[in-house]
Amino acid sequence: MSGLITRRGLLAGISALGAGAALSACGAKTGSDTSKAAGAKADTSGDTVRVGLLNSLSGTMAISEVTVHNALLLAVKEINAAGGVLGKQLKPVSQDGASDWPTFAEKAQALITDSKVVATFGCWTSASRKAVKPVFERNKSLLFYPVQYEGLEQSPYIFYSGATTNQQIVPALDYLKKQGLTKLYLVGSDYVFPRTANKIIKTYAKANGMEVLGEDYAPLGSTEFATIVNKVRSAGADAVFNTLNGDSNVAFFKEYKSAGLTAKKLPVLSVSIAEEEVKSIGTQYLEGQLTAWNYYQTTPGAANEKFVAAYQAAYGKDKPTSDPMEAAYISVHLWKAMVEKAGSFDVEKVKAASDGIEFDAPEGKVTVDGATQHVHKTARIGKVTASGLIEEVWNSGGPIKPDPYLKGYDWAADL
Amino acid sequence: MTTTSTPPTAAPATEPPAGPPETPFLGRFLGRFRTPAAFLLGAVLLVGVAPLVLSDFRLGLLAKYLCYGIVAVGVSLAWGRGGLLVLGQGVFFGLGGYAMAMHLKLADAAATGETLPDFMLLYGTEGGLPWWWQPFANPAFALAMTVVLPMAVAALLGALVFRRRVKGAYFAILSQALAAALAIWLVGQQATTGGTNGLTGFQGFFGYDLNDPINQRMVYVVIAVALLLLMAAARQLFVSRYGELLIAVRDSEERVRFLGYNPANVKLVAYVVAAGMAGLAGALFVPAVGIISPALIGIVPSIGFVIGAAVGGRASLVGAVLGAIAVAWAQSTLSDAWPAGWTYLQGLLFVVAVGFLPGGLASLRTVLRRRRTSSDRVGATKGVTT
Repeated sequence: MSGLITRRGLLAGISALGAGAALSACGAKTGSDTSKAAGAKADTSGDTVRVGLLNSLSGTMAISEVTVHNALLLAVKEINAAGGVLGKQLKPVSQDGASDWPTFAEKAQALITDSKVVATFGCWTSASRKAVKPVFERNKSLLFYPVQYEGLEQSPYIFYSGATTNQQIVPALDYLKKQGLTKLYLVGSDYVFPRTANKIIKTYAKANGMEVLGEDYAPLGSTEFATIVNKVRSAGADAVFNTLNGDSNVAFFKEYKSAGLTAKKLPVLSVSIAEEEVKSIGTQYLEGQLTAWNYYQTTPGAANEKFVAAYQAAYGKDKPTSDPMEAAYISVHLWKAMVEKAGSFDVEKVKAASDGIEFDAPEGKVTVDGATQHVHKTARIGKVTASGLIEEVWNSGGPIKPDPYLKGYDWAADL
Repeated sequence: MTTTSTPPTAAPATEPPAGPPETPFLGRFLGRFRTPAAFLLGAVLLVGVAPLVLSDFRLGLLAKYLCYGIVAVGVSLAWGRGGLLVLGQGVFFGLGGYAMAMHLKLADAAATGETLPDFMLLYGTEGGLPWWWQPFANPAFALAMTVVLPMAVAALLGALVFRRRVKGAYFAILSQALAAALAIWLVGQQATTGGTNGLTGFQGFFGYDLNDPINQRMVYVVIAVALLLLMAAARQLFVSRYGELLIAVRDSEERVRFLGYNPANVKLVAYVVAAGMAGLAGALFVPAVGIISPALIGIVPSIGFVIGAAVGGRASLVGAVLGAIAVAWAQSTLSDAWPAGWTYLQGLLFVVAVGFLPGGLASLRTVLRRRRTSSDRVGATKGVTT
């Protein structure tokens, strides 16, 4: 069937291709000046400017990220109603990250290059943030990241409006220590946040006379917790530090209750369960358990009353507000304040203007720390109530200065 | 077709089947040059036209789709020709990708005067650089490993599996289990593999700055040329004696064994070559997309690798590659407009392709033609294999 001619034709084609490839132009070598590599400039010419909203609207993360998306849209709507930013209306452009990290990188590039956005708001998981970080750095475009995370990061093109570890994990440990709960059992999902958080917890425990009796990880999405709960029960711990994420919490707390464990006998302190999750896990499994965040729907203050009312008016009376939603909401307002202080949408000018920007947020007053591009936030420990909300039982008394690398803590020196 | 019977060896057409040879001389002449002409046209489009008309961003996307196309070349060989339902290509894609990513990470670290990649500095390795990272600092070793490592794993696994005559669903399940196991293992090794985050944030590619759009275009050209070369090589394999033997094993393994061949070896070659192609695709994916992570190599992406080939036509090389590219493109484009619906559509495509159009879109013409003629040629299609 295949004659010699066919083969020769193929070979000729191949060698032509090879030559073509070898002749193609070569770009800059590493280490050389890449200022020309900066991507498409944001478009600020018209009387509207586009802002990118990058959340998972499909896939496993959609259940959490859609609420953040809603909060972002609410903030944009409020800003537009109040006259926009520098006299320009904001036009939100939504892209679906689809709970898939390379998709996040692709859509981030699309927002910057195709939509020419002036800033982007979104991402939830650390993996998605790590995937888009090089995209924003390469294009010198800004991302506002609204979720508490594991710290150890400080990108020049990301603003972090959620808590870093010294505003959530460390205060939670301080609280447990003060309560005399010094023997801990660590349970977490198997990914970067729990593993890093647990490393910090173990280092803290060693320096503060606390004891870690066990450490277990379940794959993301796992619903099999009989073994882990049995180990927790027989370990003799005072408290469980829970960094499980998403659906796994449902299975874990059901198993926990059916093993006869309660908040009174062995309290669980969770750092990834907010109002939205309480609803889906079921209040009967969670009542009395502890959480660590910077904001609750019940946080007092006029700013929060306004936020909750506006959110429920837009998305439904029974919809709770949570910490990541609030952090997303304030991130848009913080960006607006930065742009107005800078008098320009220019990324470098906005960054230069960021230090000391204040906003009367639902969680209380927040201040941007220009050096780390994080936000001063108050830590709050809460207890799940019978009605499914979270009541604050302790707070840090005032905003804590962000310290993503825990440089200001002696015990964290060898982390 | 109604007057002459086709010789049995030519049963499955290698390319979209030629029309009935009504004008024998012209038909044969065209037939001879059709493949190289189509190949050259494809080459001109991919290497010549695409970089000129597409923006940096679109070209980057195309580079990603072409990587999936390279995997599809291997899938077409192993599944389309060899009947091996390779549902674990993510393993080989991942091995190739990680081998490349480890080298790029080490090269980036060396460029900034560090001994450890950035994520290891953050998440901590107690004993410095792990021993199994060290050889990847050598570019030649890393490049070789992107292909050798997947092929070695495939050879080992294939030798065990095919000798024991494990096939069909059992082989598919085994492949899937391996993909799941590798993904879970990578997630657990956060300090040395980056865990769920995977490896990301590459600065350079063998001395070239990846942040420079011109170099990104170069990466695209390398990928396009690799795809074309592998398609040419696979085609030669398809039409060789080995290709015929592979189809024979797919259609009747017992008969091939009675003829004195060892079907295990025939299958092993297809499996190992497909693994090498997936490994190379993974390695090229890394500089093009800028990330490799366990989420890219587990069960779901492994199934994704075969869906494109199934939709386009697994037994047809061009069909499989175009199918893979089209499905990847549709995923990017449709998921914007219809976020929650895409997954369902993907599943539906797979079911329809496997259930109603086993030869994929590439066989649509043949199927339609057969349906038209089958009414007056009852039973005549018995010898045609799809």
